[in-house]
Parts: sequence; structure tokens; C-alpha cells
Amino acid sequence: MSAIIDFCGPWWPWVRMLLFLVGTAAFAGLNAAYLVWCERKIAAFVQRRPGPMEVGPQGLLQPIADAAKLLAKQMLTPPAVDTILYRIAPVAMIIPALMCFVVLPYGDALMPTRIDLGLLVVFALSAFNVISLMLAGWSSNNKYAIISSARVVSQNVAYEIPMLLTIVTVILVTGTTDLGTIVGQQGGWFWNWNILRGIWTLANPLVPISFLIFFICMLAETNRAPFDLAEAESELVAGSFTEYSSMGFGLFFMAEYVNIVVGCSLATVIFLGGWQTGLGNLLSFLPDWAAAFVGLGAFFAKLYAMIFVVMWIRWTFPRTQFYGLLNLSWKVLIPVALFTLLLSSILVKLPNLF
Amino acid sequence: MLLLNKEEALARVAAHHVGGPNETFVLNLGPQHPATHGVLRVKLTMDGEYIRKAECVIGYIHRMHEKMGENRTCAQFLPNTSRLDYLSACQYTHAWTGVVERACKIEVPQRAEYIRVITSELNRIASHLVGWGAWVMDLGGLTPILYAFDDREKILDLMEGICGARLTYCYYRVGGVVNDIDDAFIQGAKAFVPYMRERLKMYKDFVTDNVILRKRLEGIGIIDQDMCLRYGACGPVIRGSGIANDTRKTEPYSAYKDFDFDIPVYNECDSMARYLVRMDEMEQSLRIIEQALAKLPEGPFINPKVPKLLKVPAGTYTYATEAGRGRFLVRMVADGSDKPYRVKLRTPCLSNLSLAEEVCEGMILPDAIAFLGSLDLVIPDIDR
Repeated sequence: MSAIIDFCGPWWPWVRMLLFLVGTAAFAGLNAAYLVWCERKIAAFVQRRPGPMEVGPQGLLQPIADAAKLLAKQMLTPPAVDTILYRIAPVAMIIPALMCFVVLPYGDALMPTRIDLGLLVVFALSAFNVISLMLAGWSSNNKYAIISSARVVSQNVAYEIPMLLTIVTVILVTGTTDLGTIVGQQGGWFWNWNILRGIWTLANPLVPISFLIFFICMLAETNRAPFDLAEAESELVAGSFTEYSSMGFGLFFMAEYVNIVVGCSLATVIFLGGWQTGLGNLLSFLPDWAAAFVGLGAFFAKLYAMIFVVMWIRWTFPRTQFYGLLNLSWKVLIPVALFTLLLSSILVKLPNLF
Repeated sequence: MLLLNKEEALARVAAHHVGGPNETFVLNLGPQHPATHGVLRVKLTMDGEYIRKAECVIGYIHRMHEKMGENRTCAQFLPNTSRLDYLSACQYTHAWTGVVERACKIEVPQRAEYIRVITSELNRIASHLVGWGAWVMDLGGLTPILYAFDDREKILDLMEGICGARLTYCYYRVGGVVNDIDDAFIQGAKAFVPYMRERLKMYKDFVTDNVILRKRLEGIGIIDQDMCLRYGACGPVIRGSGIANDTRKTEPYSAYKDFDFDIPVYNECDSMARYLVRMDEMEQSLRIIEQALAKLPEGPFINPKVPKLLKVPAGTYTYATEAGRGRFLVRMVADGSDKPYRVKLRTPCLSNLSLAEEVCEGMILPDAIAFLGSLDLVIPDIDR
């Protein structure tokens, strides 16, 4: 590694940036493509059928065939759409989703950029998808799309609040918004992970509930079942992107999966110890490079376990009612999140009083 | 196809823009829409997500079955009846053979009647399975339909074994059935009963008791008894509103008198009540099949004395059966020739659909979809 750095000399920051750009783009693209395959295979497993089998062994080339099909299709622009917004919407959907990877730490050395406000940056960027979906629905000039975009806005506004409240609760305990430091604090045994640490340090015994709220909100924010009211295919055909064809549709589809990866990565970083294996110093005999790989493996294991749960939920539950969804947020999640925030702030301040 | 350039399209949009606080818009649910399961079109006048007015536009798959009945002999018209409600082909062909038998005073052997009951009840289970799976799919639960089709496949295999068809059976004939049932069918049906009971238990645990599903169905789409009677609702719709109306009990036809079974009735009047009626009906159908298989009489499976060309004596004849979606009634006016003078097919889905306009008012869109699913509509049955 150091040989490469020496070789690049003063160009190293640029080379590093290029490497990370290519790396994150490839990671996001591959995930978007192969999570679709995973989703279809998991759906098939849940529904006791083989799933995609035709293209490649076990249908492994199916995502590539799908992408080629989407690329080869004509990109229709219906009359009476607001052309500029209609074209901007899919791009504005995928770019913020990809930009989240800039601050997400996948390992000690696998951090594209380390900024103090990493956590806030991720939330700022991931909140952008509301606007993109709304733009798509509005500019399409389609009634189903407009109903869908109205739903997206009210749903995402409702779920942003409890999500941020739980994050504030966690920040109170960690004392930092730097994602690298947050993971660094969770080293050692698995009970040091934020999801469990609050219980025995009494910093906030309700962190598991915070995690649950975060997970539910993430499902709602990414418009996944059972909260997929925005693209409820039996009601609104395809929701906001009913009118899109070709890669316009493809970008929305990709962004959905990229958003899931971002959401689950964030949950892993904040609650489940990121790249920490949770095995204390049992693995301390490993050389640095091997430890980095084990860390990356640990991260991916947690990440994909969560993504599996997300998919499992989708193929198991029916869709919620719309008002039920909003009631859940405003009447249950927000009060509970506020209570955990209050409890956490009292418990943080309490030792200082005596 | 009407192609507009951009200016024309924008002008059309502007012409329909009214504005103001009472602005509504018309949403065309169908004729090509995933939730209408066919070519039903519902014109919804919407105020945001709320439905101000629902107007069902039917007739997209009108095939003139009644008129065709007047141009064909009784035997020729028989296959048409299985195409009305293609999910209840057995009960529909039963009604047609029934009315001809009643008109021509043809005796049906007891074994044939038992076979008709067994196949009709199997058909009812298959029909409810499809309706259930498609309905839960409308609610966003995409998995149950595949399990339902898995079970239905077993029924279709059994039916294929005895009459060759898998969906639009033409198994019943005037005076009996076309083939006798063989041992493979009897063994298969006997094995199916306990298998299906286990599956129904599983469906109850995984789907019926799911809190999200219950919240989406309970208290949604209330149809009170008065409305049921006004519109002539039938089948699971009327039984979900607390009226125990089932043609198998009220006017016992075929061999239904011989069996011990209950009519599931729920008083809640909501979508969940109709859901539970269907689930319970499947269990009752299994009971009937079990009893019928146990005391299946020996003898001929078709009356050998049915003439090749039936001349129906002049008069008016009716025959009603209880199909999966409700009471199916055939009224035939004959003038003594080999073709009926007039055929009237009274189908359950039409009267059940006519409720929808009144019930949908004031609902929000997802609830309306859940409610339409609870009617379990088969569109060719509405349009005939």
C-alpha cells in the first residue's frame, strides 16, 4: 500500500479520489443490479418457486439482461409533461443516493471522506428523494402519479421526524456526528455496539426500541412494503414513475435499491458497530490487512442480513392503510422517539448533577 | 390511436382545469388497471384521495350469451354457460343442465347428482382460492396467491383427470355427467380433504390473523342488510351482512338435501366478514365432499334415455344454483322447438357490483380497492 502511495507522490489524493469514485459507483451499481436478483430469488423462495433461472446459471445474468433491455428501449416523453422537470427527476433521484456513499465508512481505511458532520450529510442527501419523487409525479401530468407524489410527501415528512429523533438520541450518547468515530467507539465485544451498550451503561436502556423505530422509518422512507403506498401497484399502477420508460424508469428502480443499501449501511454503522466484528480481541492476532478484510466481511454480513429482513418483510406482509401509516408515525413512533430522547438526555445529564 | 402534439395536449389539460376549493378530478380505474382484474372500468370522481362519486362502466366484455342461447339448441348452449363465470364453471353448467332437465322432466341418477355435488364443491374451493389470493394481492400481500394456486392446482388436476378441461369444464350433461369418476379421482379427492384443512389452518395463522390485513378490512366497506336486499346482493356478500341466504339451503337442488353442512354467516357487514365467510365456506365444502365421497351410490352416471335432440315443451322454467360468487339463476322461456325462445341469465356479480357505487362514496382510494376485492368480481360474469 505504502509503495503505491510513494509511487503516486503528490498525485496520491487524486488517485485515491478516483479509486473511491470508481469503487463506490461500482459498489452501488452492482448492488442495485444484484439486489434485484436477490429480491427475486428471495421472493421466489418465500413463494416456493424457482425464480429467475433462464439467463445464466441460476439466472445470475438476469440483471444484466434487464439492464440491457432497459437501455435498448425507447425513452418515451408523453405529450403534456413538463419536459425539463420530467428529465431532471430520475437524475435527481439517483445522484443524492449515490452521494451518500461519499461519507459512509465501510472500514477503517475504507472511508472515502471523513467529515465531522457525516451523519448529517447522509440525512441531508437521503431526504432529497422526496423532492425527486414529487417532481416525477408532478411533471408526469398523470393523475395516478400525482396522487402518488402527494402520498410520498406526506409519508416521508411523517417518517423523517421520528427517524431524526432517534438519531439525536444516539448522538447524545455518542457525542459526535462523525461516522468513523461512532464506529470506533463500538469496538471490543458486541455488547459495545450502540444497540446494546445503552442498556448496560444505562446511557439509554431504550436503544433497541430506537433501532426498531429507525428500521421502520427506513422502510417507510425508502417506500418499501408494507409502506409502499407511493408505488402501490394494485392502486396506482407504478406510482410516481408510471409514465417513465427505459432508463428513466431504470434510474428510479436503481435508486430504490441504492437507498436501501444506504439505509441499511447507516443502521449498521450507527447501531450495529459498523465494521467491528464484536469478538473483542479474539482476532487481534490477525495482521492489519487481514483484520481490514474481516472488518469488511463483518460489515457486509450485518448489512446484507438487514437487507434480507427488508426483503423478507416485503414478501410477507400486505400493505398498510394510508391513514394507519400516518397514525403509526404521528401517534406512536414520534411520542416514543421523543420519550427515548427525553430519557436519554436526562440519563446523560444525571451523573453531572451529583 | 389519438396522438396529440404538445400544444394540443396542454390545451386539453387546461380546458379540464376548473380550480377552486371544490375542485375534483375524474380518475379512470380501468378498463386496464391491475386492481379490476379484467375489463371493468370505474369512473371515480375524486376529491384528493377521497371518492366523491363512483360510476361503474360495464360492457367491455359483453359477448351476447343470452342471445346466443336463443340461437342454439340446449346441448349446444351448454359450453357457453361455463364461460360466464369461468371460476365457477361447474355450478353454471349445473344450472343450465338443471333447467333443461326440469323442463324435459329428465331423471338424473343419484350417482350423477353426487358426482355433481363433489365437483361443484371442489370448484367452489378453487374459485374461493383464486378470489382470496387475488384479493390479498390487491392489498399488497403478493405471496398468498401462489400458495392458493398451488392448492388450486390439485383441484384442477383432479378435474382434468375426469373431464379433460382445467378451467371451463363442460362436465355436466343433460341427465348426468359425461364420464364416470374413476378411482384416481376418488383417492385424490379423499387425500385432498385433510390436506386442504391443514392449509386452511395455515392461511388462518399467516394471513387472516395478520394485524395489517385485519386493519385494512375491518370496518371497511359496510354493506347493511337493507342495502343488500335493495340491490339483490347474493353469495358471500349477503352472508357477510348477516343474512343466511344460500340456494343450497333455501331451495335445495341436486343432492344437497342429503348432506349436513352449515351456512357461514357473519353480522359485521364489513369486508372482513365477507373474507371470513369465504374462508369458512371452503371448510364447509370440504365437509360436503367428505360426506359425498363416503356415501357415493353405485349406478349409472348418466340417464341413458335422454333423446339426442331435445325439444323443450312450451313454458317458463327456472333453475338456480349457488355458485362461488352467489346465486346463479337461469330462466328459460321455451316455445316447444329445439331452441329456447328466450334465455335470461341472472348472474351474481352484476348485482354485487351495483352495490359498489353507493358504498364507494366517501371512501379513500385504497379502501375502495380493498372493498372491490371483497366483492370478488369476475368481469365476464357481469357483462355476459
